[in-house]
Amino acid sequence: MSEAAATSVAPAEGVSGLLDDWTADKQAYHVPWGKAMMWIFLVSDTFIFTCFLTGYLNVRMTTTQPWPPQSDIFALSFGGAPIPLILIAIMTFVLITSSGTMALAVNYGYRKDKTKTIWLIIATAVFGATFVGMQAFEWSKLILEEGVRPWGNPFGAPQFGSVFFMVTGFHGLHVSAGVIYLLWVARRIWAGYYDKKGFEIVEIAGLYWHFVDLVWVFIFAFFYLL
Amino acid sequence: MAYVPLADQEIELHHPHSWVTKYVWSQDHKVIAIQYGGTAIAVGLVALVLSLFMRMQLGFPETFDLIDPNSYYQSVTMHGMIMVIYLLTALFLGGFGNYLIPLMCGARDMVFPFMNMLSYWVYLVSVIILLASFFVSGGPTGAGWTLYPPQTSMAGTPGHDMGIVLMLVSLAVFIVAFTMGGLNYVVTVLQYRCRGLTMMRLPLSVWGIFVATVLGLFAFPALLVAAIMMLFDTLLGTSFFMPAVIESGAALDYDGGSPILFQHLFWFFGHPEVYIVALPAFGLVSDVLSTHARKNIFGYRMMVWAIIAIGLLSFVVWAHHMYVSGMHPYFGFFFATTTLIIAVPTALKVYNWVLTLWEGDIRMNAPMYFAIGFIFTFIHGGLTGLFLGNVVIDLPLSDTYFVVAHFHMVMGVSPILVLFAALYHWFPKMSGRMYHEGMAKLHFWCTFLGTYAIYLPMHYLGIHGVPRRYYALGTTEFMAPATQDANTAITIAALFVGASQLLFFINVFWSLRSGEKSGANPWGANSLEWQTPDTPPIHGNWGDELPTVYRWAYDYSVPGAHEDFIPQNTPESEEPTVDAEHFDPDHDVSKADL
Repeated sequence: MSEAAATSVAPAEGVSGLLDDWTADKQAYHVPWGKAMMWIFLVSDTFIFTCFLTGYLNVRMTTTQPWPPQSDIFALSFGGAPIPLILIAIMTFVLITSSGTMALAVNYGYRKDKTKTIWLIIATAVFGATFVGMQAFEWSKLILEEGVRPWGNPFGAPQFGSVFFMVTGFHGLHVSAGVIYLLWVARRIWAGYYDKKGFEIVEIAGLYWHFVDLVWVFIFAFFYLL
Repeated sequence: MAYVPLADQEIELHHPHSWVTKYVWSQDHKVIAIQYGGTAIAVGLVALVLSLFMRMQLGFPETFDLIDPNSYYQSVTMHGMIMVIYLLTALFLGGFGNYLIPLMCGARDMVFPFMNMLSYWVYLVSVIILLASFFVSGGPTGAGWTLYPPQTSMAGTPGHDMGIVLMLVSLAVFIVAFTMGGLNYVVTVLQYRCRGLTMMRLPLSVWGIFVATVLGLFAFPALLVAAIMMLFDTLLGTSFFMPAVIESGAALDYDGGSPILFQHLFWFFGHPEVYIVALPAFGLVSDVLSTHARKNIFGYRMMVWAIIAIGLLSFVVWAHHMYVSGMHPYFGFFFATTTLIIAVPTALKVYNWVLTLWEGDIRMNAPMYFAIGFIFTFIHGGLTGLFLGNVVIDLPLSDTYFVVAHFHMVMGVSPILVLFAALYHWFPKMSGRMYHEGMAKLHFWCTFLGTYAIYLPMHYLGIHGVPRRYYALGTTEFMAPATQDANTAITIAALFVGASQLLFFINVFWSLRSGEKSGANPWGANSLEWQTPDTPPIHGNWGDELPTVYRWAYDYSVPGAHEDFIPQNTPESEEPTVDAEHFDPDHDVSKADL
C-alpha cells in the first residue's frame, strides 16, 4: 500500500474525527511504546494514591478522637520560635526544584547533549535523595521525640500516625524508586545505550518523576494543611 | 492531521538458545501464555476440590470428620478467591490475553517481552504464597472471599493470624504481576497492530481482553490499598478498618476505624473484577460463535461499544454489593439505577449472539456446544441479577443461596463454559493437533447439565431463605425437610461435575500425543492467528514479514467468494469485500485507500 495515499485523506471533524484518529491502522498514540506504557501506569498509580487519600479522609471522619494539630507537630524551632511546617515547606521546595532540573534534563536529552543530561539527571536524583533524607529526619523526630507510632500517639486520634506513616512511606518509596530509576537511566546514557534508540527514555523517566512530585502536592495539601 | 500508517516495526526479539530459555525463562508470549494457563488451571483444581469438600459437608452433614467448621470456612474463602482471581483473571488475561493479543494484532510479541515474562513469574510467586497458607499454623484465612473486617482479624476466625497475612501479601504480589502484564496487553493493542488493522477491525476477543485489562489497571489499585491497610491493621495494630471491638469480654486495642471503608475499597475493585472476567469471555465467545456459525458477528460496532459501555458503567455500580451494609436510600436508588442500566448493553450483546446464530450455517463442533451453552447460563444468571440489583428485592435475598446461585451462574459457570469453548477452539492452533470430538461433547453435556443440576435448585433454596455460608443448617423452623434432600442432590451433581472435568484433561493429554494433525486453519477462521506460516506458531509468529490486513475478522459466507471464509489478510483484489451494510467507508479511512 502506498503511504502517500494514506496521508492524503482528510480526517472527519469532531468526535468522529477523534475516533478515526484513534482507531486507524497506526499507533493509537504517536509516542514510543515505553512512553504510552508509562502514562497508563501513572493513571493506574493515580488510582492507588486516590484510594489512599480517600481512605485517609474516611478514617479522619470515623475516628472518635480529635485529630492532632499537624502544624504544631510538624513545627521546627529556630532560635526559640517554632515555625509551623517549615521542614515540609523545605521538602516541598526541594522536590519541586528537582522537577525543574528534570525538565531541563529532558530538554538537553532531546538536544543529544549527553553530558548536561547526565548531570541534570544526577542533580534531580540528588534532590530526590535529599527529600528522602529529610523525610527520614522527620520520621525519626516523630518516632523518637514525639512518640508517634502507627498504632497510637500522644496527641489524639491513632489514625494520625497510621495514615502518616502509610501515605508518606508509600510516597517515599516512590521517590526512592525514582532515584534508583534515574541513576540507572543516567548510567545507561553514559554507556551509550540510547545513542541509536533516541533519548525518549529521559522524558519517560521525567514523567514518572513529575508524577511523584505532583502526588506530593496533594499529600501536602490533604495531610499537612487540611 | 496526517495519518501515519503503522510501520513494520522491528521488535528486538530475545532469541532463545537453550531448552531452558525457550520453555522456562521464555520471553515468547505463547510460552508465557501456556505457563500462565497451566498454573491457573492447576490452582483452579485446588479450588475445585475445596468446593467439593464444602458440598460433601452440606450434602451429608456429620459424615466426614475431615471437614470441621473451621476448614469449611477456609474452603469457602480459598475456593472463592482462587476461582475469581487466580484462575479466571489469570487464565483469561494472562493465558488467552498473552496468546491471542499479539497473534490477532499481527504482532511479533508483546511490546515488552521481558516484563511480560516477569509478570508470569511474579504471578507464580503470588500463587505459591497463597498455597503456602495451607501449611502455616492456623491454616488459610476463613474470612470469606470478601475478607470483610472486623471478623478477618478476630480470634474466632480461622487463619486470623498467619492465614490472612499470606492472603493479603499474595493479593498484593498478584496485583504487581497483573500490572506488568496488563500494561503490556494495553500498549500492544494500542501501539503494535499490523498494517491495515484498525481498532474497528480487531476481533472481539481482543476488544474484550483489552477493555478488561484497562478495568483491571484501574480497579486493582483499590484492592492493593485495601490489602495494605488491612496488613497494617493485622501486623502493626493500626485501626483503619477496625472499630472499637469487644472480644470475649475484653476490649481490643482498636478504635475508630471504618469497616465500611474496606467494603467500599473492596467492591470498587470487586465489581469491575466481575467484568474483568466477563468481558474477555464475551469477546472470546463472539469469535467462537461467529466462526462456527459461518456468519459475521451481528452488529460488530455495537458489540464493541457495548463492551466499552459495560466497562465504564462497571465502575459506578459497586455499592449494589453493600445494600445490606446499610446506606442512604438515595445512594441505594443511584446504585440500583446504574446496575439496571448496565443490563442494557449486556442484553444487547446477548441479542447479537443469538442473531449471529440466526440463519447461520452452524457447525456443531464442540466449541460451539460450549458457546451456545454459555448463552443459556448467561441469560439465566443475568436475569437473576435483575432481582438482586433492586434494593428491596436484594435485602431479603442477600446472604441466601439465591446469591450463590446467581453469581455462580453468571460469573462461575458462564466464563468457565467460554474457557472450555476457547480452549477447544484454539487447542489446534496451540498444539497443532485436534482434540477428540466425542470426548469433548461428552464433557460438554456433563458440565452443562451437571451445573444446571447444581445451581438451579440453589435458586429455590435461596428464595426459601436458606442462608449461605453456613457450615450446617441443623433443624430450623422455616426450612422444609426437603432442604436437606435438595442439598444432597446438589452435592451428588457437584461430585459428578467435578469428576467429569477429568474428561477434559484426558482429552488434552490424549490429543497432544495422538490427536489428528489439525493443519493451520481447521475451522476456516478469518482472524490472523489462523494465518500464521507455522502451526503452532514459532517465536516471532510471522516469518520474514508481518501480515497486512485488508478486512475485518468476520467475512464469513460472503457471496461470490471462493470459500465460506476470507482471512483478514486476503486483499480485496482476490476476494470480494463485504456488503456495505456492515461496512461504512466514511468511518474507516484506511479501508478506503487500501
